[in-house]
Order: sequence, then structure tokens, then C-alpha cells
Amino acid sequence: MRRFVAITIAAIVIAPLVGLILWSGARSWPYPDLLPAEGTTRGLDLVTSSGSWEALVTSVVIATSVAILSSIIGLPAGRVIGLHRFRGRRLVQLCLIAPVIVPGIAVTLGLQVFFIRWGLSESILGVVLVQLVLTVPYAATILGAAFEGFDVDLERQARVLGAGAWRATTLVTVPVLAPALAASALLTFLISWSEYILTLLIGGGQVQTLPLMLFAAIGSSDSTAAAALGLLVVAPPVLLVVLISRLLRGRAGLLIGMVRS
Amino acid sequence: MTFVHAVTSSPVMRRAVLLAPAMLVIGVFFIGGLAQALAQSLGQQPLLGDSRWSFDAYRSAATDPAVRSSIGLTLRIGILSTLLATVLGVGCALVVRRLGSGRVWMTRLFQGTLAVPHLVGALCISLLLSPTGQVSRVAHAIGLVDGSQQFPALVQDGFGWGIIAEYVWKETPFMAVIALAAMTADLNRLEDVSRTLGAARWQRLRHVTLPMLDAPVGAAAILVLAFTMGSYEVPVLLGRPFPAPLSVVTYQSFSDTDLTSRPQAMAVAVLLATLTTIIAGLYLMLVQLSRRRRT
Repeated sequence: MRRFVAITIAAIVIAPLVGLILWSGARSWPYPDLLPAEGTTRGLDLVTSSGSWEALVTSVVIATSVAILSSIIGLPAGRVIGLHRFRGRRLVQLCLIAPVIVPGIAVTLGLQVFFIRWGLSESILGVVLVQLVLTVPYAATILGAAFEGFDVDLERQARVLGAGAWRATTLVTVPVLAPALAASALLTFLISWSEYILTLLIGGGQVQTLPLMLFAAIGSSDSTAAAALGLLVVAPPVLLVVLISRLLRGRAGLLIGMVRS
Repeated sequence: MTFVHAVTSSPVMRRAVLLAPAMLVIGVFFIGGLAQALAQSLGQQPLLGDSRWSFDAYRSAATDPAVRSSIGLTLRIGILSTLLATVLGVGCALVVRRLGSGRVWMTRLFQGTLAVPHLVGALCISLLLSPTGQVSRVAHAIGLVDGSQQFPALVQDGFGWGIIAEYVWKETPFMAVIALAAMTADLNRLEDVSRTLGAARWQRLRHVTLPMLDAPVGAAAILVLAFTMGSYEVPVLLGRPFPAPLSVVTYQSFSDTDLTSRPQAMAVAVLLATLTTIIAGLYLMLVQLSRRRRT
């Protein structure tokens, strides 16, 4: 019985994605047929076109930059949250939770005019910077949780043995925290990869990421094109999560579970 | 060298230096962004020069039917989606936890859906639930409807069913992952003890299992609520332009070619930010109260 219920749950979770796969290869699919009448490679041609390729590269560049920057910014902040007890710690934590609660669109509308003035609008740099608002809180929180279980004596031993602060950090702290750093990089990459409205507001339509391209395709009511692009948007993050969670033997999964994507 | 020494030896300075990059991002872009939305909603226009303080934007927002119908819709979508995803997610976790090797596979499946962007989720739900979607085709095949016109409007409907369906489909696995992570070996031992002490099945669930889940599940639910109240791409694709949730209304005013509607866009953005903050604050107060009552 339990097994049957579980299979039903799995089927409901997977069902919406099946339609996406079928539509991506359908030339025509008249109502009320249950399966497409004819196949086509039009979706494949679109996904492998130069426009999709450019959007894919833009998305990868932005998401990778956001993931790396968030982890670099989140690591020292996480150290303070995880290891230090001081007055104002709750205020710092509140500052880190607030951007997760308050919708990004409400924060970005007022900023847009300044991004134009600073020459950051319609640029990849501007899009990366604005996305950091969404990702730095997650990176700092994940790394803060990891630092709570970190044994500072490991660093002290390295220092006693003659390592400087930089070498102790790169040779001891970072390797010990590697699973948490991987989880932080993965989660911030996913948030950036999925982001639509902030990219539109600051990129002004000039920074064409995959979600922007997909949004335009959905609006054109060409289901085959939209579904093919949808598969291109969904495949990399899902593969990444499955691969990395296997590498970390469930630890990343747990950390992803602690926060959200 | 002495400066570096002074910085690293004082704990306060050290903390400030370590926190500086993160606080810079949040201070400039988050607090600065909110302050700008507030200033611009009160009549300040940074690039146009013509600025005076006024509540005009709030007055016009309060009488605008698009804004008035939006508040209820935003709350309805947020609360219904969160409740459904929480109940279904915890239910899924309770089913999956004792599956043995199946638990590993189901957890992996749930984690995989966490990585699906909401934009793709919206496309999937639209292909599934539209009048000519898969569900309508299956309903036709088994004789429930005669044609696509008879199929009930589930996307671009006035109530927001399509939007809610997307959020529930995406957030139920998230809640299940959270609940599964909280179902540890410790919980198993507690349940065994209560079983030995004679607790019936529903007593164990009510007094042992669920109390162990409420803190992580509650925190996750508040994240889901904040997200479902503020997301833009899902309601814009699966809902109607009117009535639309606040995130869509604020963007509609913002992208209006008439620049004088900018202050109203900012007023709606401030309203949306305030609404989500109040709801998160209420939740935190409830948690504090129930903790105090328990101890």
C-alpha cells in the first residue's frame, strides 16, 4: 500500500515534465489526441541554434560568477555568524533573512534608475550585482551553519606549525568546509540560473539569459519552441543537483533542504 | 603593518571587516533599494529633477481597482499554496520515510524538482491544465468532456488555480525534503519509546512526530509564503492581467510608458514589501508565544 502511494506521488511529480518532453518533439498535436501525431526536429534545431547557444553562455557566465562571488562574500560573514557570539548578532542575522522574505521585485524597481546612472544597466556586471542580493543571504547562512561545527583548533595547529593566516585558511579551513562551500555554490548557482525578473529589470532585455529567451517563446504561443527551450533551461540544473548530491553523499541535499531554491 | 595588527587584534574590528562585504551588498542593494522605492513612492524622482514630497501615489493606489483587487488575490494565492504544499509535503514525507531504498530514490526525485526553475514549472502547468492540455485530453478520452470548451478554466482563470497548482507542484517536494531531513534516527527512537509506553498510532503522530517537525517545517512554510506572495513570472504566465497579484501590478505600472505612474508602481512595491514583512513577523511572534507557553 505504502509502495503504491509512493509510486503515485512519483508519477504526479514527474507528469508535468512528460508533457514538456512530448511537446518539444511534436510537429503537430491536435486536440484531443493523447500523443503527438507527427514528430519534428524543429525543437532540436532551435536549441542548437546560435541564439540559444549565446543565451546558454550568458546564463552560465552569470550563474557561475554569482555562485563564486556569493561564496567569497558569504565565507567571512558565515565565520562571524557561526563562531562569534556578540551583541548585534541577531541584527546581522535579521539583515541576512530580510532579503529572503521581501520580494526581489520590490527591492529592484527603486534601484533601476541608479543602475542606469551608474552605467550598470544592460550589462552582465549589473545583473550579477543585483542577483547577489538574493544569493548572499543563502551563502552566508549555509556557511554560518557549517562554521558552527568547525573546530577552530585545526587552524590554531596550522598557525603553531608556522602557517600564515592565508595559508591556514586555504589549506585547512576551506578544505574542511568544502562540502558546505559546494552546497553554497550549487544553491546560489540555481537561484541565479532560474532568475527572471531582476535580470529583465537591470539587463533591460539586452542581457539575454535562457529564462528571458524562454519567456519570450512562451509568449509567442509556439508550444514546440517553448517546450524545447524549457528542456534546455531545466536539464543543466537538474543534472547538476543529481550529480553533486551523489558526490556529497546526501550532505548537500540536506543543506539544500535547510534553505530553499 | 601596525594598522593590520590593530584590525586583526580587536575582535570588534575583526568582525566588522569579515562582515563588511556581505553587509555592503545588503546595505547598498537591499536597504538602499527599499529606501529608494519608498522615496520614489513619496514623490522623489531621482533623474527627472521635479521632486516634491506627497502621498499622491498612495492615494491613487488606494482607489485603483487593479490594486484593490490585487491584495486579496495575493494573500489568497500565497496562503492557499503554502497550506496545500505544507500538508501535502509532510504527508509525502510520512509515506516515504519508511520505504527503505525507496526513500533514497524519492528524496533524490524531490531534490531534482527543487532545481526546476519556476518559469519551466509554469510552462509545464500551462501545457498540462490549459483547455487543450493533457488533462483535458485525458478527460476527453474517458468521456468526461466532449471538447476543450467544456473543460473548466484552470489557467488564466480569475481565482488563480493555475498559479496555485504551479506553486503546489514545485513547493510540495521542497516541504517533503525539509520534513524528511527532520525525520532522523532520534525521532525513530522517540516513537519506539512512546510505542512501548502504549501510545496508539495517531497519538504518536500527534504528540511525538509532528511536534518534532513543526520548527523546520514552519520556517520553510514562511519562506514558501513569502516567495508565493512576491514571485512575478508564475502569475504573469498562468494568471490574468486583471485581477493580478501585487508583483504583477507593480511591474505593470512600472513599465507604463507614462512616467507619472512610476510613483504608484513604487507605492505598490512598498505595499508588497510591507505585507510580506508583516506576515513573516506575525509568524515569528506566534513561534515565540508557543515556545513560551511550552516552557
